[in-house]
Amino acid sequence: MIEARSLTKTFRDKKRGEIRAVEDLSFRVEPGRIYGLLGANGAGKTTALRLLATLLQPTSGTATVAGFDVVAEPARVRANVGFLATSTALYGRLTARETIAYFGRLNGLPDAEIAARIQRLADELDLHEFLDRRCEKFSTGMKQKTSIARTLIHDPAVMIFDEPTLGLDVMAARSVVRFVRECRARGKTVIYSTHVMSEVEKLCDTIGIIHGGRLLAEDTLAGLRARTGEQDMEEIFVRIAGTEAVA
Amino acid sequence: MNGKNIATVYGKELRDSLRDRRTLLSMIIIPLLVVPVLVYAVSRIGSRAYASAREEIPVVMLLGGADSPRTVAALRQSPRFRIVSEAAGYRQLISDKKIRAAVQIPPGFDAGLGAGAARPVVILHYQGELKSGFAVGEIEAFFRDVREKAVTASLAAHGLPASLVTPFAVQRENVAPPEKVGGNAIGGLVPYLIIMLCFTGAVYPAIDLTAGEKERGTMETLLCSPVARVDIVLGKFFTVLTSSLCAIGLSLLSMALTMALAGAGIGATVRGALPPLDPLGLAGVLAMVLPVAVLFSALLLTIALCAKSSKEAQTYLTPLAFVVLLPVAVGLLPGIELNSRLALVPILNLSLVCKEMLSGVWHWNYIALIFGSTCAYAGVALALAVRMFNREDVLFRS
Ligand SMILES: Nc1ncnc2c1ncn2[C@@H]1O[C@H](COP(=O)(O)OP(=O)(O)OP(=O)(O)O)[C@@H](O)[C@H]1O
Ligand SMILES: [Mg+2]
Repeated sequence: MIEARSLTKTFRDKKRGEIRAVEDLSFRVEPGRIYGLLGANGAGKTTALRLLATLLQPTSGTATVAGFDVVAEPARVRANVGFLATSTALYGRLTARETIAYFGRLNGLPDAEIAARIQRLADELDLHEFLDRRCEKFSTGMKQKTSIARTLIHDPAVMIFDEPTLGLDVMAARSVVRFVRECRARGKTVIYSTHVMSEVEKLCDTIGIIHGGRLLAEDTLAGLRARTGEQDMEEIFVRIAGTEAVA
Repeated sequence: MNGKNIATVYGKELRDSLRDRRTLLSMIIIPLLVVPVLVYAVSRIGSRAYASAREEIPVVMLLGGADSPRTVAALRQSPRFRIVSEAAGYRQLISDKKIRAAVQIPPGFDAGLGAGAARPVVILHYQGELKSGFAVGEIEAFFRDVREKAVTASLAAHGLPASLVTPFAVQRENVAPPEKVGGNAIGGLVPYLIIMLCFTGAVYPAIDLTAGEKERGTMETLLCSPVARVDIVLGKFFTVLTSSLCAIGLSLLSMALTMALAGAGIGATVRGALPPLDPLGLAGVLAMVLPVAVLFSALLLTIALCAKSSKEAQTYLTPLAFVVLLPVAVGLLPGIELNSRLALVPILNLSLVCKEMLSGVWHWNYIALIFGSTCAYAGVALALAVRMFNREDVLFRS
């Protein structure tokens, strides 16, 4: 479960002054559900997800992730979260197996357990072919599969995805989407950020539209359609984000 | 803090670093090669220059002496230098190293010699120039000989024994054991080498493990794990320290090997360039360099962490190399001795105390002061590294 309560993050930048990257963000994601965070560039998606993954500390407000408070118990939150972002790269000089095992060890798993889980993940994600090759030579798709295995090694209850299909070709992107659905099927709580409208339509149970760090609307796809009178996700987005910009 | 997590991070970072050619170079290959290469180069170039200066028969210009044919003939016959006749501008010729020296025979020298009233012989030379110095030595030896012969002849004429010329002899005897002489000769150079390697051994991994990780995007991946940031930074710190100590250890090993080979008679010239070092002094140097390695590792890690990319980190750390080198160079100056104030100046104190320890001097109070103060500096630097690693504006600089 994820529950954000008035989550706010302000950056201080020398040139730009105070940046309110995330402002008063509150939402809830139940287990077995996918929450889509939809927003344009600079909307605050990455910042919001980093707050949930405890990589950043909120300026004010807080969130509960997998039953732990992000401010009070960040380490326990991380132990129950799998975080996959465009900015979470792999160690080029380690093999896929070594990388996954490293994160297993960092999560406190015993070696025998790690070996068994890697075997299982390699079966599921079809990693066998490159499991013992160094990551620096991988294609983007191979890297993404390895990263997914890395986030899953400790079998977290909550999965956080930050634009996971960025830069992938159609086939690789589809396999990521299929994998996100599988996470839901296994009862995990999933939050998924993107600016790709079609992914939101296909994937998300609830959609939150974020703009300028604020959550402007939150509903199911059907609810958003009813509210705006539009069918197409892109039109819905422009309606909501655009009206706010005018207002 | 969790020992197991620190060990996990350390193990991974070490393995990762050992697969990096650039780290291997600064951690293993350069330290192994620097001492033998340096010793070989110094001994080869040094001994060759000396030998060629020695082999050369110096050209000496004769000035005057027209009325002293005996001395002039003897000079011209001497195989130890080659006499050339007087030419204008001989001072310039000496300065230009066209001739090594000039010798001026005063008027009436031959005649004055017999009477014991000759005016002084003047040698013109170029002070500080090795080959000119050799020429002067030869000319002086020649005239010492001339003088002795004159004295002996005049003693014999008066019926006195020749031993009156040298009623007693003066002899030198060296009391310094050979390793102490070594301590003075290269005592400054050994700490210099060790401090440099201690620094260069830490630089590359420090950059790679911090700014490098940020640049490649693996830092965020690592921070997603439940391991505390203290554990991550300590694991990284121990990796950098290992690299630094590895560089020192290997350079000492190769120094020992070089000495052993020199001792086994591989070359007398090599032995000359690297006299035996006091093993106790070396152990002292090693002990004193430990806290400095900690200081360097923590400091480099902290600075490199603040950079966005490896390139930026390098621009920060290159000037730091000069900051480190300066006190070491000052420590090499002959007049500077340890005192309680200098004992608190990091790096300079190490350079000075190493020089002392290698020449067999142990000022225990200074040694304690230096060790203690350096440990304190190292502790502060490490605390700073941990603090920086907890700052999100440092980790997520955009
Ligand atoms: N570490 C930081 N320091 C200063 N400002 C930051 C920092 N990180 C993000 N910002 C600013 O906060 C705002 C939100 O950025 P964020 O990366 O969260 O947006 P995003 O929705 O993920 O955008 P994108 O689609 O480009 O990934 C932007 O204006 C950004 O410039
Ligand atoms: Mg983003």
